[in-house]
Amino acid sequence: MLKVDGLNIAAGELPLVSDVSFTVAGGERVGLIGESGSGKSLTASAVFGLLSDDVSAAGSVRLEGVDENLVGASENLLSSLRGSRLAMVFQEPMTALNPSMRIVDQVAEARLIHRTVGDRAAAHRDALRLLEQVRLRDVAELGRAYPHQLSGGQRQRVLLAIALANDPDVLICDEPTTALDVTVQAQLLDLIVKGAKERTAALLFITHDLAVVATVCERVLVMYGGRIVESGPVAEVLTAPEHRYTKGLLDASDLETVDEGGRLHAIAGAVPAAGKFPSGCVFRNRCPRADEQCEVSPPWFGEPAHGHACWHPVGGDA
Amino acid sequence: MIKLESVSRVYRRSRTSAFGPRAEVHALRDVSFEIEQGRRFGIVGESGSGKSTLVRLIAGLDQPTAGTVTFDGQRVNGRSERQLSFLRRDLQVVFQDPMGSLDPRMRVRDIIAEPLVAQRIPGQEGRVAELLEAVGLTADAGRRFPHQFSGGQRQRISLARALAPKPRVLVADEPVSALDVSVRAQILNLLADLVDQFALTLVFVSHDLSVVRHVCDTVAVLRAGELVEIGDVERVYRSPEHPYTRQLVQAIPTLRGALSGVTAEDLIRP
Repeated sequence: MLKVDGLNIAAGELPLVSDVSFTVAGGERVGLIGESGSGKSLTASAVFGLLSDDVSAAGSVRLEGVDENLVGASENLLSSLRGSRLAMVFQEPMTALNPSMRIVDQVAEARLIHRTVGDRAAAHRDALRLLEQVRLRDVAELGRAYPHQLSGGQRQRVLLAIALANDPDVLICDEPTTALDVTVQAQLLDLIVKGAKERTAALLFITHDLAVVATVCERVLVMYGGRIVESGPVAEVLTAPEHRYTKGLLDASDLETVDEGGRLHAIAGAVPAAGKFPSGCVFRNRCPRADEQCEVSPPWFGEPAHGHACWHPVGGDA
Repeated sequence: MIKLESVSRVYRRSRTSAFGPRAEVHALRDVSFEIEQGRRFGIVGESGSGKSTLVRLIAGLDQPTAGTVTFDGQRVNGRSERQLSFLRRDLQVVFQDPMGSLDPRMRVRDIIAEPLVAQRIPGQEGRVAELLEAVGLTADAGRRFPHQFSGGQRQRISLARALAPKPRVLVADEPVSALDVSVRAQILNLLADLVDQFALTLVFVSHDLSVVRHVCDTVAVLRAGELVEIGDVERVYRSPEHPYTRQLVQAIPTLRGALSGVTAEDLIRP
């Protein structure tokens, strides 16, 4: 359904995302994990055609049934796809919703603007139905509210209702639950999985939380320093990681395993600022196994959909 | 060390109608517990649970509507700022967003020395160098400004500042919630090192029970201003007694759970 090939994003001379390739099939749920500064949100913006003017993109983003490459496509084409075939749920619902428009009208607008329905009354009925689908209560009354009158979890449900309004083929969720309470997060994750499943949409789920990705997705892409460093089925990548960064991330987030001193297994150092990543392997300045070989960029080892870019993979230790 | 007896805090909303009564918000209702010296005490709750109100009351930054807060046998509430100097020295707080609590116009060395200046404690220069080292920052970090640091390093700066007056109690309000996973591990380790090294009593506030389980030995669970459960953290996590705590534990996605087949639907299954 969605095929990204050799995507490069740069701000002038500064590379931000390098040679990112992946596919998401209809009905498949793929996680994109990485820490801040890894390029995961930029990748999503490129797919959605929402990159700001000061960065440039090259490579290809293809949507099934659309002949044109979405990278560099006209705004006309992109805006006809956004909200209909491509939908996105952002992290910060307050900035994604219109503060001066009633909730129900914002959902109805999504139906009207793409001419999915012909008249306002039908759009309004659909909007109420969509709000019910994301399990909001008393939608007739709640629909008349403005975004600021809702809780964070409710706003995020409204965004999901808007995203699902035109039964998209591709649903992108960018850290949709990061700011939410755990019980609210659990409800929203369930709604996202169900919403995508019912529409056999291709789901690209972006998060820094490994446990969330493991709960929601079947496949995972691990990003660091603007590159995909490892990819594969969740059950394999998160139990037997190959790339040293994936291993480090897993160890650091495991709160149940500590060393002799009772301390967590942290990754040394911090994520460098954009453009400050080392040449060769982007992780080598923080990697316990780095040597001279790592000064050369590692190639991709394995299958396109299941492999890694590490000279000294964890599995090679055996 | 810290004792709360039947503490309630009621906020009054601003008037929405000229004649109707002002709406009241019960941020805390009749909360009582004691934090013993040397404990690593966790406070867990979701938004609106009253955990931030609780922090402000413990730190003497707000007054309860009813009940008493005592610190080391001395009453905290109802005292003037001048009478609270013992608390200002012995109890320090670090907040979630280090950028919001570090003055952007001050150099790091002045930020760290500020509690010493405020309490007229001499020997500031040597103490700042000591603190920078204790939190894992280089000596030249003192000359720089907060915006020149990453989120994790800024949290190190606020820890150094908190430890400057040699407090006995450190209150950490969501100190790792805004941090990336790899940095979170570093800061949690640093926090554990500092608590050991300086024999601190730790009050750790978080919405994340799994982090509290790693850091603390005791936990209090708050919901809508009420204390619903308190006890040994391992006991509460493994066999929660209150239905709300059970719901909270169940809703936390875990890697182990997910890999053994727990789905998003299972997290909310009643």
